[in-house]
Amino acid sequence: MSSFIGRRSLSSGISLIGLIVLIFFLSRLTGDPTGLYLPLDASLEARDNFRVVHGLNDPLIQQFGRYVADILQLDFGESIRKARPALEVVLEAFPWTLWLAAVTLFCVTIAAIVIGSLAAFNVGGPFDRLSGMLSLAAASAPDFWIAILGIFLFSVNLGWVPTSGTGTVWHWVLPVSVLFIRPFGLIMQVVRGSMINALSSAYVKTARAKGVKERSIIFVHALRNAMLPVVTVIGDQAAGMLNGAVVVETIFGFPGIGKLMIDSILQRDFTVVLAAIMVTALAIFLMNLLIDLLYAVLDPRIRY
Amino acid sequence: MIASTLKCARSPAEALAPPRHPSVAMLKMLWADKFALAAAIFLLIALFCAIFGPSLMEEAATKLNLRDRNAPPFDTERGWMFVLGADSLGRSILARILVASQNTLLIAAASVAFAMLVGGTLGLIAGYSGRRVSDTIMRLADVIMSFPSLLLAVIVLYMLEPSILNLVFVLAITRIPIYLRTTRAEVLEIRERMFIQAAQVMGASSARIILRHMLPIVIPTLVTIGTLDFAFVMLAESSLSFLGIGIQPPEITWGLMIAQGRAYLNQAWWLAFWPGVAIILTTMSLNLLSGWLRIALDPLQRWRLEMGGNNNAN
Amino acid sequence: MQTETAHVLEVKDLAVEFHTVQGRVKAVRDVSFYLDRGETLAILGESGSGKSVSASAIMNLIDSPPGYITQGSITYRGQDLLGMTGAERRRINGCKIAMIFQDPLAHLNPVYPVGWQIAELMRAHGVEKATASARALELMERVGLPNAKARFDAYPHQFSGGQRQRLMIAMALGLEPDILIADEPTTALDVTVQAQILELLQKLQAETGMGLLLITHDLGVVADIADRVVVMNSGEIVEAGTTREVFKHPRHAYTQKLIAAAPGKGALHAVEPSQDGSAPLLEVENVVKYYGGLKALKGASFTLMPGETIAIVGESGSGKSTLARTLLRLEEPTEGRALYKGRDLFALSPKELFDMRREIQMVFQDPTQSLNPRMRVEQLISEAWAIHRDLLPRAQWSDRVAELLLQVGLLPEHAQRYPHQFSGGQRQRIAIARALAMSPELIICDEAVSALDVSIQAQVIALLDELRRTFNLSYIFIAHDLPVVRDFADRVIVMQNGEIVEMGTVEQIFNRPQQAYTRDLLAAGLEADPDIQSARRAERAAHAALSAV
Repeated sequence: MSSFIGRRSLSSGISLIGLIVLIFFLSRLTGDPTGLYLPLDASLEARDNFRVVHGLNDPLIQQFGRYVADILQLDFGESIRKARPALEVVLEAFPWTLWLAAVTLFCVTIAAIVIGSLAAFNVGGPFDRLSGMLSLAAASAPDFWIAILGIFLFSVNLGWVPTSGTGTVWHWVLPVSVLFIRPFGLIMQVVRGSMINALSSAYVKTARAKGVKERSIIFVHALRNAMLPVVTVIGDQAAGMLNGAVVVETIFGFPGIGKLMIDSILQRDFTVVLAAIMVTALAIFLMNLLIDLLYAVLDPRIRY
Repeated sequence: MIASTLKCARSPAEALAPPRHPSVAMLKMLWADKFALAAAIFLLIALFCAIFGPSLMEEAATKLNLRDRNAPPFDTERGWMFVLGADSLGRSILARILVASQNTLLIAAASVAFAMLVGGTLGLIAGYSGRRVSDTIMRLADVIMSFPSLLLAVIVLYMLEPSILNLVFVLAITRIPIYLRTTRAEVLEIRERMFIQAAQVMGASSARIILRHMLPIVIPTLVTIGTLDFAFVMLAESSLSFLGIGIQPPEITWGLMIAQGRAYLNQAWWLAFWPGVAIILTTMSLNLLSGWLRIALDPLQRWRLEMGGNNNAN
Repeated sequence: MQTETAHVLEVKDLAVEFHTVQGRVKAVRDVSFYLDRGETLAILGESGSGKSVSASAIMNLIDSPPGYITQGSITYRGQDLLGMTGAERRRINGCKIAMIFQDPLAHLNPVYPVGWQIAELMRAHGVEKATASARALELMERVGLPNAKARFDAYPHQFSGGQRQRLMIAMALGLEPDILIADEPTTALDVTVQAQILELLQKLQAETGMGLLLITHDLGVVADIADRVVVMNSGEIVEAGTTREVFKHPRHAYTQKLIAAAPGKGALHAVEPSQDGSAPLLEVENVVKYYGGLKALKGASFTLMPGETIAIVGESGSGKSTLARTLLRLEEPTEGRALYKGRDLFALSPKELFDMRREIQMVFQDPTQSLNPRMRVEQLISEAWAIHRDLLPRAQWSDRVAELLLQVGLLPEHAQRYPHQFSGGQRQRIAIARALAMSPELIICDEAVSALDVSIQAQVIALLDELRRTFNLSYIFIAHDLPVVRDFADRVIVMQNGEIVEMGTVEQIFNRPQQAYTRDLLAAGLEADPDIQSARRAERAAHAALSAV
């Protein structure tokens, strides 16, 4: 077990190092790094000054060493926009995204499993067809389009919920709903497919021969076996959301990682972008580990 | 003895049916699934627009007409060009959607093709070669995969210039791991199958085993995923363009049209609405077609479509 | 003559239809049989005969769609099962009529502990949780699982194949059902394990007095434990009667053919291959193969003469397949030499190995898997010449394919079809044609007939034998079962746990086995003759009684 976590940490560490190297070279080799760190209208003097202070005139290898050393000390530099340590800014935004992702995924998982299982139980029936079309439409919808139509309809015209910002529970309704749609469509289809497989399996036949009730066949025998692929997809979706639901957060003015990252990019606040990347990479690593552990809980054949 | 063994346990009639030309069989199976048929027809129309739209509609799409600013849809007075309304500069939305289809579909198609080619090749190598090569390739995929594609694209486009070529490049890079992993997993599985060993026993070279025995099985899977992925890449490009770091005006894509329409949502909802409909119809068609392909390209599942209307259990 | 209601289970005029590509197909027609407590009825049939469908109908396990019961009745103690609601059927399933299946690994839920699964049957019928668990443990001990208490919470994958079938049996016995339906209960098991499971079933039947409905394709199993037998062919019952009657005096042509096809009845190859004169074709010297710490093959040596057939027989894990794969260089040996015409197969350069591939070919166990599903028969067979360019000019390929197809008993027009359009036996013929395309001198058959029905098995073996005479081939024939090789092999090698236990002419091995393991293997193999089987059982019982004293 611990050796598994060790191995996973090692391989994730390698991935992370790869990412760090990639970002460094992309930021140094694709032009003037002061262009990344400083505002667009910074004067030549300011740029020269920045170069000297941050050693951008030093040999590349030296710069790389310093860059890595700083990252290892979790020192990503100052945010230009906020004039505060970049890490602090990022850690402030992170819980918002975490909560948004958690609430949405919770709803998605419950809805997808229940509806997907019921659809799989009566393949080709009216419920299956209806939910199939719905999930297909949901999986095909561009979320930013749904978001602005949602604002137009429910906030502007009907005035049911606020257009953007945070504060009350009502502020969460639209972002969660919009974020819900695509993962729901995808996960429901995976649940359905996986449940169809599980329900046609030999052990379900055994359960029927034993006289086990249908409800228990679906939710006890088939569901747990069908969960493995579902957990994988949920993990993928969770990773996407942890990185900030960029589009949705931007549209709804939700102060999470995604909005922070886009704002920082548009205003060329590179230190914050870097810090955000590292924090989310770490979060994703932890989440993947959790998913692997969940596999082992769900399926006794998987042991690390 | 021959007569007695001719009896085919699974499907005698099938065994005796003369072999049909594959494309005829495919068309028949497409006919059997009406949803997939509609999707295929829609995609053909979209493809036609993407190829000929700009040359036919360029003028209508760029002609400013301030009198028709934000003209509402379904107004027959202005002629069929304005059936979907006009945008904030009085340009026909229909014409603009048709013109934008070229960029939208081209970017997605190029990205998917590039990602499929690179990912598929690397996957074949990773699956067939020894542990060390395989591990190196997989680590590379992990680096890319540890980031959701949209964010990676945002960061790279921030550092590079947002041009069509860069956009294609970035989107392709973010999708390579999908093809790589699928191909590798498939190859690892096929490698253990007995017909590969049978080929080895006959003395077949690695190249022959990969090209003749593995590729024909991997390609249908890749095509199926590619269809699905095409929809994903299209949405990703739309999102990037929507956020302002994808395609830059005066080039247009459907995503950019939605972004531009957002500001006028209160006065003219149709500016953002119609391009969204174009996106959703295209992605839905791709999803439907992908589902159909998954069945049609699998010799063991194909009968569901060949049975005609009775294909409930897919 | 008994009245209808006197039978515990009675199936009358049952017809089941399936909706398929070809429209409606009648899987089962006019099937009638009955079963009482304490007796064993076997339904004997090959694949596609409808024998399993009949059992599924009793348990309400037919998926509808695509399958529908169109006619007939199934009564349990006078109650009409087909007229019952789903809930009522459920109360009978598991409680009054229980069922065990062929592949226990697939039929046990992989994610729940076995004890829980055994107890579930009782809980589903209203037994309290604690009582059910206690009884489940009792049952695990009763079916002979060692250390039952400690393994109560273990998962199915942690048991061996035989143990899993014991678990299934324990599960089925939970509520002491009147009827136990056993669908191919021993098919995937080694012969020695099969004997144990059959013995267990008989013992439990004697103790509980249940009726046993045994569904099988194996004549030996029927001969061993069935009182009565119903023979099915393409959805219909062709013959019914007591086992002895049917086996000794089969009336229907199909039954006669089936019984005649049972292996192990023909004359033994008496010819002692000349050890002098000609040089050996293959000399295997101390071949060893380790997978890490697993010693799959601990040193095998034997000699094969030109035109000779050597059978290598052993149960799973004996190393017989590893040996074959190593000889073909599909695995690299850890140690040893294999001299083919005096040259070491393990020391060949890639070029030499490539040339050697022409002379040694292989026929695999499962033709469904060994033929590329996306290639036509013509492509499959002519691949040999595509790889070895100088073998045959392209212009002659299709003529030669036609010729080969005829030689293996297929038709030239089959060349344009795909493998899935053929039956299992036909596919194996294609695989043999592919091997012959190289004009090899030695063919290694790895369980080449194990996946086939008995009557097809006999045909394929006859084909191989005929080809040997025509082309003066040598065979290494790998099998898990002795009877199959009896009338085919010249010499037999018996393997166990990676070692050769005994080697000798087929006459020596079958009539004068020297080693205890060979004798066990022979004893465990089931003869398709109820008299022989009951004599053997009596012998075993006497032996057991003796050793118990």
